[in-house]
Amino acid sequence: MAEQDQQDAAGAPVAEAAPVDGFAADLTALPGVVSVFWQGAERVVQVDRASLAPVMQTLRDDERFAFQQCMDVCGVDWPQRGERFDVVYQLLSLTRNDRLRVITTTDEREPVPSVSAIWPGAAWWEREVWDLFGVQFDGLADHRRIMSDYGFEGHPLRKDFPLTGHVELRYDADEQRVVYDHVALAQEFRHFDFLSPWEAMTTLPGDEKASAP
Amino acid sequence: MSDAAGEMTGLVKAERHTINLGPQHPATHGVLRLVLEMDGETVERADPHIGLLHRGTEKLIEFKSYMQAVPYFDRLDYVSPMCCEHAFALATETLLGVRVPDRAQWIRVLFAEISRVLNHLLTVVHLALDIGAQSPSLWGYEEREKLLTFHEAASGARFHANYFRPGGVAKDLPMGLADEIWAWSETFPKFLDDLENLLNNNRIFRQRLVDIGVISAQDALGMGFSGPNLRASGVAWDLRRARPYDKYAEVDFEIPVGKHGDCFDRYLVRINEMRQSWKIIRQALKKMPEGPIKVQDPKFTPPKRADMKRSMEAMIHHFKLYTEGYHVPAGATYTAVEAPKGEFGVYLIADGSNHPYRCKIRPTGFAHLQAIEMMTKGHMLADAIAILGSIDIVFGEVDR
Repeated sequence: MAEQDQQDAAGAPVAEAAPVDGFAADLTALPGVVSVFWQGAERVVQVDRASLAPVMQTLRDDERFAFQQCMDVCGVDWPQRGERFDVVYQLLSLTRNDRLRVITTTDEREPVPSVSAIWPGAAWWEREVWDLFGVQFDGLADHRRIMSDYGFEGHPLRKDFPLTGHVELRYDADEQRVVYDHVALAQEFRHFDFLSPWEAMTTLPGDEKASAP
Repeated sequence: MSDAAGEMTGLVKAERHTINLGPQHPATHGVLRLVLEMDGETVERADPHIGLLHRGTEKLIEFKSYMQAVPYFDRLDYVSPMCCEHAFALATETLLGVRVPDRAQWIRVLFAEISRVLNHLLTVVHLALDIGAQSPSLWGYEEREKLLTFHEAASGARFHANYFRPGGVAKDLPMGLADEIWAWSETFPKFLDDLENLLNNNRIFRQRLVDIGVISAQDALGMGFSGPNLRASGVAWDLRRARPYDKYAEVDFEIPVGKHGDCFDRYLVRINEMRQSWKIIRQALKKMPEGPIKVQDPKFTPPKRADMKRSMEAMIHHFKLYTEGYHVPAGATYTAVEAPKGEFGVYLIADGSNHPYRCKIRPTGFAHLQAIEMMTKGHMLADAIAILGSIDIVFGEVDR
């Protein structure tokens, strides 16, 4: 029960549980770490893609970090950026009661080193990122799709993939089976941004008269 | 014919063969398709095919306001819907930087624990059902029905509650509900004793579960296990204790831990967690103060119906909230709660608009299901069903 007692002591608010500056310095010193910053009360590390695997190995094995668990791997699409995808890893240290978010970037072609050899549980998360975003992983043994249908085309969580998708299923009475069809919308797809016109319109008609003289 | 049958004596050499289990099979707890490579009756390889219930929840949420996103979380883990909402509500509150009133926090703790009991009751009795015991499921369902009545009294729905919202809870507990829950809590330990009497020392139950599907603490950590499945392997890790959210820092409870990491330990941990939840429920009922149940900010929480009849401002706020919704300042957070099945996390990225830029849901069962191959290897086919039952998966959240 020693572990439990330790957690009792560490059951303080998050900000206190996370060690301060020295830890950030240790992280920054790792080769391949681009930047260390905070998002709210959560620490984030931006890592260069090429050195992701050694950095992750250190984060798990080094006593100072000891992130035993990789709880989640996910993608984020920023289509306006050069390397449009973020691949985000949520690490958890049970012994130090700490979390760390590791972010690396990639595009449609460049594969990201797989961390499935470090945390075997990451394999399915990486398959999911491949399926939903089309990010490839180098060293991932099983690179099949996981979420989408057999024979699915496209990567649905990319921002340029329409919410309605491209195909839909229906039962064809003539063929006596379920068939794929192109999506036919009875009504045009509508998405309102709901931005208030009062806030969005910074210049109103007639404003130019005020500054003219 | 009789001659031919007479010749066919002697041993039949069983070749390796592949069988397809599910997706339409009650023992797969939903729509799991499990492709099993068998050597005789021994599982050599198990390949789960998931995604048959994939509804694109994460994509849909990107097109919905924060308030509209909440009901999607009910449909993830539909056995413990409120705990899923809890993670989203906490994540949104973190980004908004609001503090929820005390009463709302206590109500959330209360219903999170009721959800835990609901969830574990279903898991435990279904595990028994999967391996052939009929009566526990009837008992369990009867008890669940009482708890679902509380769900319904508070939120108006038995399952899809839409009750924990960013900023508090949807409405206050109706009059007398706290007393009813207290009255139920008086009877619940007796029920648990009966259930344990029925199962714990049952010879068949033990033979089917003890030393089946053993996973070591090391492997469990590597596979990303959390919750009761991790604790059954001997790791005393509970987010309610390690990183308390809402009022969990103020309640007293213990963390049950297993020793062997087998199916039987996972069962025992869940039974004991129900006892701890019972303890928390009673503390929550005692400590719950009177007061508001959501953040008192009209830009953020809808006005009362009565106010809307008289106040123009309340009317406008109502209209704005239910069309545009509120804007969440740009930022990102990964917020996780100790859901009954383990760590349920939401990675929420806001871009300052009224809908999330990205909402990644970290389901609990996804990691557990991934380990099914490791856990079933070398076991019999019937054991695979027991293991599947013991890791507690729900496809609403695995497939999202």
